[in-house]
Amino acid sequence: MSVPLSEATAPAASAGPGRGARLLRLLSDPMGALGILLVLAVVFGAIFADVLTQYSPTKLAPRDRFLPPDAAHLLGTDQLGRDLFTRVLHGARIALGVALVAASASFAGGLILGMIAGYGPRWLDSLLLLLFDALRSFPTVMLALALVTLAGPSLSAVVLVVVLATLPGYARVVRAQTMSLKGAEFVLAARALGAPARRILPVHIMPNIIGPLLILASMDIPVVITIEAGMSFLGLGVRPPTPSWGSILNDGFSFIRESPWPAIAGGLPIVIATLGFTFLGETLRDQFDPRLRKDA
Amino acid sequence: MNALLEVEDVRIRFPVGSRLNAAITGAPASIEVVVGVSFSIQPGETYALVGESGSGKTSLARGIVGLVPTHAGSISFEGRPISRLSEKALLPIRREIGMIFQDPTGSLSPRQSVRSILAEPFRVHRQGGDLDAHVARLLDDVGLPSSFASRYPHQLSGGQARRVGMARALALRPKLLIADEPTAGLDVSVQGEMLNLLNELQARLGLTILIITHNLNVVRHVADRVAVMYLGRIVEEGPTADVFASPCHRYTAALLSANPVPNPDARRVPLDIEGDMPSLFNRPPGCEFHPRCRFALEQCAAMFPAPASLTAGHQFACHNPGCGRWYLEPLRSRCARRS
Amino acid sequence: MAAGDVLTVESLSVDFRTAAGRLHALRDVSLSVPRGEIVGIVGESGCGKSTLINAVIGLLAANAEVVAGKIPFNGVDLLAMRPDEFRRLRGDRITAIFQDPMTALNPVFSIGTQMTEIQYRSGLSARAKRNRAVEFLDKVKIPDPERRLRQYPHQFSGGMRQRICIAMALLAEPDLLIADEPTTALDATLEVQVIRLLKNLQREVGCSILFISHHLGVIAELCDRVAIMYAGEVAERGTVRDIFHDARHPYSQKLLQCDPGRIAVATRNLPTIPGELPNLVHVPQGCIFRPRCPERFERCVERPEPHPLSRDHLAACHKAEELAPA
Repeated sequence: MSVPLSEATAPAASAGPGRGARLLRLLSDPMGALGILLVLAVVFGAIFADVLTQYSPTKLAPRDRFLPPDAAHLLGTDQLGRDLFTRVLHGARIALGVALVAASASFAGGLILGMIAGYGPRWLDSLLLLLFDALRSFPTVMLALALVTLAGPSLSAVVLVVVLATLPGYARVVRAQTMSLKGAEFVLAARALGAPARRILPVHIMPNIIGPLLILASMDIPVVITIEAGMSFLGLGVRPPTPSWGSILNDGFSFIRESPWPAIAGGLPIVIATLGFTFLGETLRDQFDPRLRKDA
Repeated sequence: MNALLEVEDVRIRFPVGSRLNAAITGAPASIEVVVGVSFSIQPGETYALVGESGSGKTSLARGIVGLVPTHAGSISFEGRPISRLSEKALLPIRREIGMIFQDPTGSLSPRQSVRSILAEPFRVHRQGGDLDAHVARLLDDVGLPSSFASRYPHQLSGGQARRVGMARALALRPKLLIADEPTAGLDVSVQGEMLNLLNELQARLGLTILIITHNLNVVRHVADRVAVMYLGRIVEEGPTADVFASPCHRYTAALLSANPVPNPDARRVPLDIEGDMPSLFNRPPGCEFHPRCRFALEQCAAMFPAPASLTAGHQFACHNPGCGRWYLEPLRSRCARRS
Repeated sequence: MAAGDVLTVESLSVDFRTAAGRLHALRDVSLSVPRGEIVGIVGESGCGKSTLINAVIGLLAANAEVVAGKIPFNGVDLLAMRPDEFRRLRGDRITAIFQDPMTALNPVFSIGTQMTEIQYRSGLSARAKRNRAVEFLDKVKIPDPERRLRQYPHQFSGGMRQRICIAMALLAEPDLLIADEPTTALDATLEVQVIRLLKNLQREVGCSILFISHHLGVIAELCDRVAIMYAGEVAERGTVRDIFHDARHPYSQKLLQCDPGRIAVATRNLPTIPGELPNLVHVPQGCIFRPRCPERFERCVERPEPHPLSRDHLAACHKAEELAPA
């Protein structure tokens, strides 16, 4: 090539911090560090529940009921003598399991439907918007009640309720982002090349909207956990003897005069998990938003 | 010789508000941004569409590639009609027409590497072959080192991003290249490089180029023929040298005069037009330029002027044209100094 | 600094603290704005003209650091002033207009509200403020000003918005108006309207203007004096005729050569400046333009001082005396 080049060797504009630098920045923010710590504690507890305790979460031991916390029982025991710490750790599995499954399903569903609504023809958009708004106008509790009446209380009912309640939120955000990107020059350029919608959506639009969406999802996890706990508290979720934080809380509430510990054992992990994920999500969001950063 | 691109009486409009609202309130349901434009481009030539914002030039370019629908008129490429075709039927045509967009970094997908961006045309059109080799060749065409393949758009300067856009447009060796404001935002010292590159690629690849710009200086050096657009219509068209030496339409003359010469002693003929571009909702009657034209006659408000010709290739639509008489002064004084 | 200068920049050096290191954005920049004159700063991207303007207005980013220099305004150094003193000057003695007319005005207030609000220091009655607003709208050729005062920014076109910004900037009858690329976003026909307007209003109000642009034609038409900047330094400065007819610095000469408006014969092979902008974190030794300069010789490894060619004309080049323009 014969055209003299003046900028071929210009140094790349700042390549942006690598993953390592990003992690470091996350940890340097006290809220971020605390968030990571709490989340890790919950995850760790859930994974190693069997290893960390020797009790069974469901085996009855009526002679040991309402014991206060001591070396053998870190959080005491409940009304049926079961070790609360064990139950809480197993409950973490349910909470996180529901959170992951429900949040992922909700996220994926919202992403797909939102992109279709944002990119497709107007009539389809209007139809989908109607659907989203209809779902959102149902109070979660009523939705839960309705589903449970039909299908009986169970974990799947909880997941379904969570998905239906949170999907419209994702879908609306995705729709808005897709619509604003629809007119972007790089999308026009792809269309000018002849790329069909089924290529443009996954290749051009999705990668550009998924970042903020993941952060939204991480901030939604506390909501999911709370919904699950709430449903179990009301008896609409998991059936006894499966330990769920909500059901532990519920039992603790009934027996609060005998011992405060079951209630504390039920409520404390919910608070810790919610705080942890919220802190983490907020810090992630701040990190990703270049306008809020204090350097440069 | 058959024209490569033939545009005949094309009209483009955009919907405004909802149709329901229009039906109830009587407000317009759409505005016309291109109102009956006709021109043709011969193979091998460089044709410039010149106009300011609101002239419709970008919409017209997008209409040619099928990005916006044309609701009247016809566009033919190599004799085949291409307006109002389905996306599927348009696909093979899109191989032959490449487009470079105005915003250099904005026209590159932020999460795609340069390699992925340049490989895309091959993927979309299912062209096989060694993609890496293709990408390397394209980078070489536009004078970028092969190491750029792994960079991302935010790591490119404006000029580099433009070159990538150019490479992408030329990936499948199209016959027609549409360049929307190829030098906008570039420093003067770099503009020359871009235009020289375009020139070299045109010669090497046998391209026909349609260049959209508001920069008359660039047009003078680069285009064989030029068409001046105002409010969606072509008001003057002809060989560049002729139009610049002897602009007939009063708007063309005003545009040329609105180009301050880098010479403090140049006397600029005060052809400054007053006021702003009228809103597309309120198109002036007759010749749409008449409210701002200091040479307007009575018939200018009454009816749109019929096309007239100065020479065979040089046409314009003006009731009171001023072909050439006054405009030579600023060109002569371009580099002269007052002693 | 001559007594008649409203603003002087004396050996200003500004660094930016970035992740990649210290960026030396401005190095030993000096220029002066005489009272009642229009001074243009020309430069391409990366030359530091925006940094210079921000230093004068006091809007430098948080990671910027003024390493050396003074900016006397009417004799008092702006950099040494207390923030509240500086704030009193801004909007009153020094006003500014910027590039993007779309975002310069507050979208939720009417033009009238904005134009009367900024007169809060004048001590005039509400009616008098309104009348002044109408007067200035008329000066910038906004038709039907009385009625338009009640309208909102989105009801005006880009060109009109920029003219409103000019009216607002001149309402205070400042000593210095700073214009940062005010016509870059406008079409050519609007650009000449705005330039003509600025020229007339400047004569009327009597203020000085510091005008930044990369458009040589506009600078030639509007300015009395010009400074050409390259990579954080002033390459050459002088009267407008010195610069356009007698440029001595090789960069100035090349810049003028590259402007397609100056190329008399239509050509398909346009001149360019080969090479690339230097890295301002590790500033190379000697003349900053040396790697790209066609006239470089041994002495260029030594940083050139601005060489006076006449009373007002200085060029930072060792060969300034010999290099008469082609």
